[in-house]
Amino acid sequence: MTQAAHEPEMLSGGEMLIRSLKDQGVEFIYGYPGGAVLHIYDAIHNQSDVKHILVRHEQAATHMADAYARASGKAGVVLVTSGPGATNAITGIATAYMDSIPMVVITGQVMSHLIGDDAFQETDMMGLSRPIVKHNISVRDPADIPTIVKKAFYIAESGRPGPVVIDIPKDMTMPNEKFPYEYPDRIKMRSYNPVKKGHSGQIRKAVNALLQAKRPIIYSGGGVILGKASKELTQLAHQLNYPVTNTLMGLGAFPGTDRQFIGMLGMHGSYEANMTMHNADLILAIGARFDDRVTNNPAKFCPDATIIHIDIDPASISKIIQADIPIVGPVKPVLKEMLEQIEQSKLKVDNDALGLWWEQIEEWRQRHGGRYRSDDSEKMKPQHVIETLCKVTNGDAYICSDVGQHQMFAAQYYKYNKPNRWINSGGLGTMGFGLPAAMGVQLNYPDAAVVCVTGEGSIQMNIQELATCKQYQLPVKVLCLNNGYLGMVRQWQDMNYESRYSNSYVDSLPDFVALAEAYGHAGIRIESPDELEAKLTEAMAITDKVVFIDVQIDPDEHVYPMAVPGGSMADMFLSKTERT
Amino acid sequence: MRHIISVLMENEAGALARVVGLFAQRGYNIESLNVAPTDDQTLSRLTLVTKGEDRVVEQITKHLNKLIEVVKLVDLTEGSHIERELMMVKVRATGAQREEVKRTCDIFRGQIIDVTPTTYTIQVTGNEEKVNAFMDALSGATIMEVVRTGVSGLARGDKTLSL
Ligand SMILES: Cc1ncc(C[n+]2csc(CCOP(=O)(O)OP(=O)(O)O)c2C)c(N)n1
Ligand SMILES: [Mg+2]
Repeated sequence: MTQAAHEPEMLSGGEMLIRSLKDQGVEFIYGYPGGAVLHIYDAIHNQSDVKHILVRHEQAATHMADAYARASGKAGVVLVTSGPGATNAITGIATAYMDSIPMVVITGQVMSHLIGDDAFQETDMMGLSRPIVKHNISVRDPADIPTIVKKAFYIAESGRPGPVVIDIPKDMTMPNEKFPYEYPDRIKMRSYNPVKKGHSGQIRKAVNALLQAKRPIIYSGGGVILGKASKELTQLAHQLNYPVTNTLMGLGAFPGTDRQFIGMLGMHGSYEANMTMHNADLILAIGARFDDRVTNNPAKFCPDATIIHIDIDPASISKIIQADIPIVGPVKPVLKEMLEQIEQSKLKVDNDALGLWWEQIEEWRQRHGGRYRSDDSEKMKPQHVIETLCKVTNGDAYICSDVGQHQMFAAQYYKYNKPNRWINSGGLGTMGFGLPAAMGVQLNYPDAAVVCVTGEGSIQMNIQELATCKQYQLPVKVLCLNNGYLGMVRQWQDMNYESRYSNSYVDSLPDFVALAEAYGHAGIRIESPDELEAKLTEAMAITDKVVFIDVQIDPDEHVYPMAVPGGSMADMFLSKTERT
Repeated sequence: MRHIISVLMENEAGALARVVGLFAQRGYNIESLNVAPTDDQTLSRLTLVTKGEDRVVEQITKHLNKLIEVVKLVDLTEGSHIERELMMVKVRATGAQREEVKRTCDIFRGQIIDVTPTTYTIQVTGNEEKVNAFMDALSGATIMEVVRTGVSGLARGDKTLSL
């Protein structure tokens, strides 16, 4: 071998950054240029491996990267400038953090010697982002860039995933200062070693409890999707014939059309899921965090249940609800070991008790299901729109939702049979997430049907991205459940403020069809339930264009069931006139 | 319950801010905190005293452990341990007070480390209880200034918090 082959290439900081991304296997980065990152943008220009997607607002870049991560399991990458670029990214970073989504966000920073001087476009991004990142790293020496990039991906994607910010002062990327480039193939850190498997003794205890249960339920969350353990969850549930409920973040981890699936649980969970939880004698919680939107009042939470809690993050265990049998570990190997131990166990499922339990659950299932139909059928019901969407897309589309009533309807009425298909901001509830999220998915899965389910309020928080869709030909479908109101706010005002609609009415809505056309897309308006299915089918058949589908829905609709504040999981409003 | 949590962490800029930020964000209480490098220049040792229910303290240690730069930690109050704090007090020392303050200082095995015709500066070390007791004993005197390091500590016997 020649001497030259051994010698590392000499690259500038900016070039090393982009080359590191390439060597990490990154195809797309999402961002917006500005002064502090111009050297980096020049390095992007001089290569073609890493493609940059220019959004119209930095928030959208973060949601695109985030949604790519939600669909693929790999960290998405964002590049923004210092100051306003970085602060515009904050909402997206917080969104990813709350849902444990892996993301690497590269923010420009002013020259090192200017830091602390209130320089032009200086903000303390390390300080600003600290509470909403898994970790953040400031570059002090350009030579460290490859290692820092590797570290950022490792931290973002391993253990409980989360966003990592790399803050790079401009002088770290000077084009004429070159350094030997080498991308490390692994990172070892003495202070960070995520757990690889669960404790076998704890798993044994859990299996014993599980097999002795008379009224069991499996409650699984986003951790099962992040941990790629959908198959193991499904196998375990089928083997035991136990009912399964999913959190908002966990939808799709267990097939939505499976007989054992009793729906989403929590604040807007199904009647049967919440009743089954409340009356259970054993809860197997997998990759779920007993969020307040799930438990309702923790003091009244599931009084008879023994709780087994599997989570990769020990801090999630016994945070809200004390776990009787905690298991710290990644869900996939833990569930595998559980399956093996069940196989070997002398105990067997109590089929008599389970039969009675299922009878009870079926009774609950009969009581509240698709009740909206009994209402006025002349009106366009949002629930019916989502059911029709599910039918028209064979339940196989990527559904990227915004936040509001439409989000809950999309969670309740679309049947997710696969993981990673339901993409929504659960923890932070970020309006404006839906459209950029759909774009991030469409870019990476060009042949997939990708639908942004939104409201006329949410869509306007990032509607400028219709231009990005045009530039990169991302033929997402925007299904706007247009009720003319900030519907979820209005619902709370109906229920708690005697229908005083303080600032929940969106006056002066644009003509969305004309607006879509102005951006160079197609628009369809649907006004009557009779034309719904045909028009939706027509819209979904257009695969080379964005179609903005503006559906005029009944503005009076509420999301039910809804948890009664301060109550147990069994305390629900079931309609405007009934409660449990 | 009072807990002394001792943390070994990477001696890196920003690591301390992460610890302090964690307590602020999650509404945990800090009674005292100190931090300094160790014999290994790449590590610093942080000791913090907090009060809270067991459940809260469990969350505190879990969240501290999650911080990427934290290498190891121990809740010293879970086992037998030694704790020390250093306090310096500047007191008015005139007339009859001058003798009285000196006597109190001797009883507590404090040292007078700075003297002027009208003041004494006294150094006292010990656990929190002793240092507090000394403050109480001085209640007759005019205290001009107090500075305390906060508690540091380690486990008794063979146990160590090290790599
Ligand atoms: C950025 C942001 N601001 C405010 C809220 C509070 N919020 C939650 S739902 C909602 C109304 C959403 O209205 P729309 O998008 O029209 O959906 P709808 O509820 O009518 O289906 C609001 C304002 C939020 N979640 N996110
Ligand atoms: Mg609306």
